[in-house]
Amino acid sequence: MAIEWYVVLSSLLFATGAMGILIRRSPVVILLCLELMLNAGNLALIAFSRMVGNQEGQVFALVVMVIAACEVVVGLGLIVAIFRRRLPLDVDELRELRG
Amino acid sequence: MSATAWAWLVLLFPLLGSIACALGYRALPARAAGAIGTAAIALSFACGVGALLSLLGDEPEARHHASSLWTYASAGGLHVDLGILVDPLSVFMVLVVTGVSTLIHLYSFGYMRSDAGYHRFFSYLNFFVFSMLLLVLAGNFVILIVGWAFVGFASYALISFWYRRETATGAGMKAFVINVVGDIGLVLAAFLIFRELGSFDFEQVFHIAPEHFTTNEWTVTAICLLLLVGAFAKSAQIPFHTWLADAMEGPTPVSALIHAATMVTAGVYLIARTHILFVLSPTAADIAAFTGLATLLVAGTIALVVTDLKRAIAYSTMSQIGYMVVGVSIGAYSAGLFHFMTHSFFKALLFMAAGSIIAAMANDQNIDRMSGFGRAMRFTSAMLLVGGLALAAFPGTSGFFSKDEILAFAAERGGMYEIFVVLGYAGALLTAVYTFRLVFRILPGAPCREARELIDSGHVAHGEPVNPVTGEREDTEVGFPGPEHHIAEHSLPMKLAMGVLGVLALIGGLVQVPGVDHVIASFLDPVFHDSPLAEIHPSAGSEWVGLAIGAVISLTGIGIAYLLYMARPETPGLLQRRLRPVHTLLVNKWYFDELIDVLIVRPVLAVGRFADRTFERFVVDGLVSGTAETVRGAGGIVRVVQSGFVRSYALLLIAGFAGLALYFLVVSS
Repeated sequence: MAIEWYVVLSSLLFATGAMGILIRRSPVVILLCLELMLNAGNLALIAFSRMVGNQEGQVFALVVMVIAACEVVVGLGLIVAIFRRRLPLDVDELRELRG
Repeated sequence: MSATAWAWLVLLFPLLGSIACALGYRALPARAAGAIGTAAIALSFACGVGALLSLLGDEPEARHHASSLWTYASAGGLHVDLGILVDPLSVFMVLVVTGVSTLIHLYSFGYMRSDAGYHRFFSYLNFFVFSMLLLVLAGNFVILIVGWAFVGFASYALISFWYRRETATGAGMKAFVINVVGDIGLVLAAFLIFRELGSFDFEQVFHIAPEHFTTNEWTVTAICLLLLVGAFAKSAQIPFHTWLADAMEGPTPVSALIHAATMVTAGVYLIARTHILFVLSPTAADIAAFTGLATLLVAGTIALVVTDLKRAIAYSTMSQIGYMVVGVSIGAYSAGLFHFMTHSFFKALLFMAAGSIIAAMANDQNIDRMSGFGRAMRFTSAMLLVGGLALAAFPGTSGFFSKDEILAFAAERGGMYEIFVVLGYAGALLTAVYTFRLVFRILPGAPCREARELIDSGHVAHGEPVNPVTGEREDTEVGFPGPEHHIAEHSLPMKLAMGVLGVLALIGGLVQVPGVDHVIASFLDPVFHDSPLAEIHPSAGSEWVGLAIGAVISLTGIGIAYLLYMARPETPGLLQRRLRPVHTLLVNKWYFDELIDVLIVRPVLAVGRFADRTFERFVVDGLVSGTAETVRGAGGIVRVVQSGFVRSYALLLIAGFAGLALYFLVVSS
């Protein structure tokens, strides 16, 4: 299969994720969309790695997965903390940091 | 041991003494500080004698030793050693300073006995002697300035010694500020010397100077005038003299040591030390001589009317230093320094006697209240009389020989310098009158209450302790004079110190009698032989003529004082009424304080107010708050972006990346 298909799929996934972040207000969904974007990146990395024929892209994909795992830990931790303090689970409501 | 080794020891003992008295104030038993302090200075004097003997062992031309312990500062072509210079001049100064200081320490041992600050007093006093010795032994201008500043500080600390008295702390500050003005002059002079000659070292500077400068070149005149600012501030010459009278707020031994015998003569020493520069700038030397002359007359007239015993002696000190300044400025170097020596004997003695009388008067210093002490305090009175005779240049006493030698030299130089002879003798007449005004007021007559008590019971009046100036009550536990006052009759150390000085004041002049001997002149000759003025020697005959005139004038002055204050005691009051404007002028000390107030203090205050109210408010505040406003405004703009909407941040981020990606696509294709 030609490389284009992979890149197109990866782009679609990335765009879906970005759109999700921009239009959804639930932190959980935003976190899911972030994962989607990261994995779109992973897909592109592995596809290019296969095309070039070495393993470097795959190694990068592994690193991205580790980072994604960390990010989920922190993000979910935050969401649980927000939930426990009975604050609204809506990023537009949580705007304490406005200048 | 070499002369320089002795000189280092001279410096070491007072420093050790000062540290020991300062650190040991809890550990040392009550009177130990006095003993340590006195012993330190006595040892220093002994080492000074050692240096003298070692110096006398050399050929007269080779009596010139420099020594350095270590490098004091070294940077960018500047090299300053912690160096001393041992030559006849510095050894002479060391001997007079340590000798008189030893006796004054001994006097203080008894005089300050009841003071709560006994240890502090001796620590300061030793520190002062150390600083003064550093000043006279310094081998370059930097160390000279260090010693110069140290004595200024020691003077400040000792004037303000009774630190709970506001008059004393105020006087201390006044002295310090005026002295710092002098320090600035000295420092600027040193800068100029370094710029012109590239060295601070005395030997090098005085070696290069005659070749580098032409006579009366503006730079050398500027150097000399700046040196004079320093010298005049330290030596209380017009217009820097006002601090010395106020400095009498300090304990009497301090007045004797610092403000009569040693520190105030530092200016005389400075002019003598830098005489080569003054030879190159006759203009500056003449300015110095005329200032000295003006001071000796102005201070002499003020001393005629002052009613405060110590202040009267202080004005007499200024007047006598005027003679010394005249001497070293017109070229009568050894005569000026000879007068410095005899003056330190009789003036220290006068202060000691005054201290003893003031103690008997329970700190009251007003001579109008004193009388009849001749019978009440025989020893003190005898010493006061001896000091007075020497000060009034009574024939045969020490002051008689030294003062006239300066005037004889002026007469020998002739020309313009005849003025110094005429006015110098006028000053001598004033001296005799004001000195014996004090003597005739205090000694004879019906005993005042305090003198009566002494005669009847041998007891010293210890009234309520009060400030003599303001009359406020004082707590003797802290920072005020002690509860008891000590008079020489009851204290052996005081008696001893005064006795020795009394003998010196009487016979000290015999070391240099015209035509008979000239110990001081020949000893100091190697220092001054490079000055063309040193060639001038008044003949013994003309000196004796001068002495005869001096004797007549001195006796006339004493006679006038006798007429005014003994034979017809009503005349002074009459004269006061007749010459009211003159009297007012003199009582107000020629309005020098007011003049300085108008010319300097008020303009400086006005500048300060301008800086505070206008410059500070509009310029400085404007700058500061302008900066703050700018930052705040910029922050306001940036705040708008910080909406707190996470999704709008994400949009900005994505839009930014998209924009960048587009840009690179466009650029690459």
